[in-house]
Amino acid sequence: MKEKLVLVGNGMAGVRTLEELLKIEPDLYDITVFGSEPHGNYNRILLSPVLAGEKNIGDIMLNDENWYQENNITLHTGKEVVEIDRRNRKVIARDGTTEKYDRLLLATGSNSIIIPIPGKDLQGVVTFRNISDVKAMLDISSEKKQALVIGGGLLGLEAAYALKQQGMFVTVVHLMDSLMERQLDPEASAMLKKTLENRGIQFLMETSTEALLGKHRVYGARFKGGLEIAADLVVMAVGIRPNIDLAKKANIYCDRGVVVNDTMQTYDGRIYAVGECVQHKDQVYGLVAPLFEQAKVCANHLAQLGFALYSGSLTFSKLKVTGVDLFSTGDFMGDDTTESIVMKDVDRGIYKKIVLKDNRIHGAVMFGDTVDGSWYYQMLRDRTDISGFRGQLLYGQSHLGDSGHGGVNTAADMEDDFEVCGCNGVCKKDIVNAVTSKGLFTLDDVRDHTKASSSCGSCTGLVEQILTFTLGGDYSEAPKAKPLCKCTDYTHAEVRQTIKKQRLMSIRSVMDYLEHRSPDGCHVCRPAINYYLMSSWPGEAADDPQSRFINERAHANIQKDGTYSVIPRVWGGLVTPDELRAIADAADKYNVSTVKITGGQRIGLYGLKKNELPEVWSDLNKKGMSSGYAYGKSLRTVKTCVGKEWCRFGTQDSTSMGVTLEKLTWGSWMPHKFKMAVSGCPRNCAEATIKDFGVVAVESGWELHIGGNGGVKVRPTELLCKVKTDQEVIEYCCAFVQLYREDAYYLERTAPWIERVGMVHVRKQLIEDDQNRKALSERFMNSQKFAQKDPWAERTGEDGFEKHEFIPLEVTISHG
Amino acid sequence: MVDWIEIGSVNEIPSLGSRVVHANGEEVALFRTANDEIFAVRDRCPHKEGPLSQGIVHGKRVTCPMHNLVLDLSDGKAVHPDEGCAMVYPVKVEEGRIWIAWQSAAIPE
Repeated sequence: MKEKLVLVGNGMAGVRTLEELLKIEPDLYDITVFGSEPHGNYNRILLSPVLAGEKNIGDIMLNDENWYQENNITLHTGKEVVEIDRRNRKVIARDGTTEKYDRLLLATGSNSIIIPIPGKDLQGVVTFRNISDVKAMLDISSEKKQALVIGGGLLGLEAAYALKQQGMFVTVVHLMDSLMERQLDPEASAMLKKTLENRGIQFLMETSTEALLGKHRVYGARFKGGLEIAADLVVMAVGIRPNIDLAKKANIYCDRGVVVNDTMQTYDGRIYAVGECVQHKDQVYGLVAPLFEQAKVCANHLAQLGFALYSGSLTFSKLKVTGVDLFSTGDFMGDDTTESIVMKDVDRGIYKKIVLKDNRIHGAVMFGDTVDGSWYYQMLRDRTDISGFRGQLLYGQSHLGDSGHGGVNTAADMEDDFEVCGCNGVCKKDIVNAVTSKGLFTLDDVRDHTKASSSCGSCTGLVEQILTFTLGGDYSEAPKAKPLCKCTDYTHAEVRQTIKKQRLMSIRSVMDYLEHRSPDGCHVCRPAINYYLMSSWPGEAADDPQSRFINERAHANIQKDGTYSVIPRVWGGLVTPDELRAIADAADKYNVSTVKITGGQRIGLYGLKKNELPEVWSDLNKKGMSSGYAYGKSLRTVKTCVGKEWCRFGTQDSTSMGVTLEKLTWGSWMPHKFKMAVSGCPRNCAEATIKDFGVVAVESGWELHIGGNGGVKVRPTELLCKVKTDQEVIEYCCAFVQLYREDAYYLERTAPWIERVGMVHVRKQLIEDDQNRKALSERFMNSQKFAQKDPWAERTGEDGFEKHEFIPLEVTISHG
Repeated sequence: MVDWIEIGSVNEIPSLGSRVVHANGEEVALFRTANDEIFAVRDRCPHKEGPLSQGIVHGKRVTCPMHNLVLDLSDGKAVHPDEGCAMVYPVKVEEGRIWIAWQSAAIPE
């Protein structure tokens, strides 16, 4: 006999919990659902667009009755549960329907607050909470003209806008002196008010409603001070309150909401609660993202896994009245201890304010242009040091320099066929379709289903915008500290720390120690753990080839047709005629279809079959050439100009310096690829200021630049320091590489790493502390002792490494 | 009629790795899991024809090296939410030797 699970409350939080549960344990429970409304589960955050006539009710259904049938769920619609009999473990609905439960899930949501004034029960006085409220408003708006909305908060303004769209004359009355005072500062609030006034909505500020007038049906309202206005429809939108009546009656401990622990259980362990009715660590949530996080945790516990814990959510507000964008998060008012950066462009209707404390974002409020809201939010949550790019902060993440989507950066401006994700060829309409037809809510959902934003990530902001644009309502994603992958809840930092602290030496021992959920990890965590082991224990931890991405396992780049490319090292871009001949001979001998000068001053041979690789390498090895690591998370090239040896402007010998640095650093495994360049003068022909480590010669010595990137997002380097001698260049270079290797997360390039930890931190480690710099440099040199072995030479000849990697199994098949 | 063909020894495939077999103009990837189970899948990803044999093996799954599509090795189906299906070949292991059924290769539903 299966256990019985009963859900009370057929809304988004409860049904999402069931969906999460069915994903992990589809057959564990007999499930019954009670809903007081006569429908399946619908998307409550989209009620505003329905009221505005931009969507219809069919558009916002999330789970129709078929869904319940397909999943063998008994659904009682239109039945309100009025009693929980905990002793006999059953629930009883108003009509007498009774269901027994082994586990009970309460998701009773919240109720609108009704202000206790005369006339509150008149016909034509509604709240804004569910489909029947919306139907009632639409009925009245089709015949009558005057609407009054009580409450100038998020919900009230959405209702006001929607009713205006339906052709009514709308007045909003608000108790305070500014709209949405809990989500906006006075500046943004004033801009919002002006925008809404321009759209024809009237406001009565600092006004309290004394009575609603009428006998059976409302015809007007009277305010304190005696002013009266006509009203055929009154919407009370002054707030919501968790619906805890049922739980309270059953003596389940409640405060403002039903109090739950980190596994979403109430004081009765058999009874869970999720959603707006819940109070967790003194917080009550009304946004959808926290509810979904709770749903995940609750499902995990119901599925008897029990490892997920809810630790609360950080939220932000986003109002989406079509064409009116605003966003706020954190402490956006600021105080004596904070500073603010403000941009105000009245003509364009744009206002942005970022509140900073100790070089970190403390809060933000934006009006008119909210594209970067989620970026600020993420930095707030991650406590990112912004000192390195403070000057660009207000201009947002997608300022000039982004590639792959033609400079368009607002969802509203895009055509349906607009290619949003240039890596995977995903158009706007693909995302919109996936979101609506598959009921997606989060960025991760969209990534999984469409692949958009899952490669280089430069379109993440756009995809989030389309998500918000499509969902329309106040949906907002609340990202959390990211676990390394789906196999674990530990973050990159935690995994690396554990490896060091516990002296773990193998992937197996890391996974066992951290209680990995999958037997041997996945393609995301294994390469990362392998890297952390290699970089933490040079010479001690053994490399695991099966946890390397194919390019690093085969020491060649896989191409789209499954062939490989071979790129030998060309030290500092200097090449001899003999080497050129050897490359040409190899190209002839192996019938190479494409020979290309690469972007990093080398020569690539393309279109080689995998089993040919050891022979090609062997031929090149014989002429003194070795692997160029063009496939690796490691040093790629050191680009140079000819420098003072030839160039009349050259101030130092940049080519020799390039060769020196390349000889020092090749072969070292790093979190991601690493590029260097050395220019002989500030004309910078080697483009050193878009490299991970760039050296620019000046008359008095060398400038050292770090953290540049010429790829997805062009980012110039930042100046680390100026040094005089070649020896200093070498020491700083080695120390910087080692700091990057020890500090950055796997697959994090130097640019985002520096943006995360801050230039101040890097300077502290490399400049202000000579001892530390020397120690870093020594650690690097030590690890190089084990790393600098040419992988090509190791894999050629009779007893080369990993022979099975390159030779297919021989089979003679004889069948007729 | 099932046409069983002997391929080689389990030990010739690295644990959590794969080898390719060329036969009949087809390339078949043989995978070995951590538990020494062997699976045979046509070496073409249903997404963009990537060589699955070159991917990272984890559990009973492989991740295509081209665009990270994850396939279940036992039935060739892409793991939700990815879509698509690669052809799988029945495999048996007897005394450490691997056999696959060439003719009865089939695309599951």
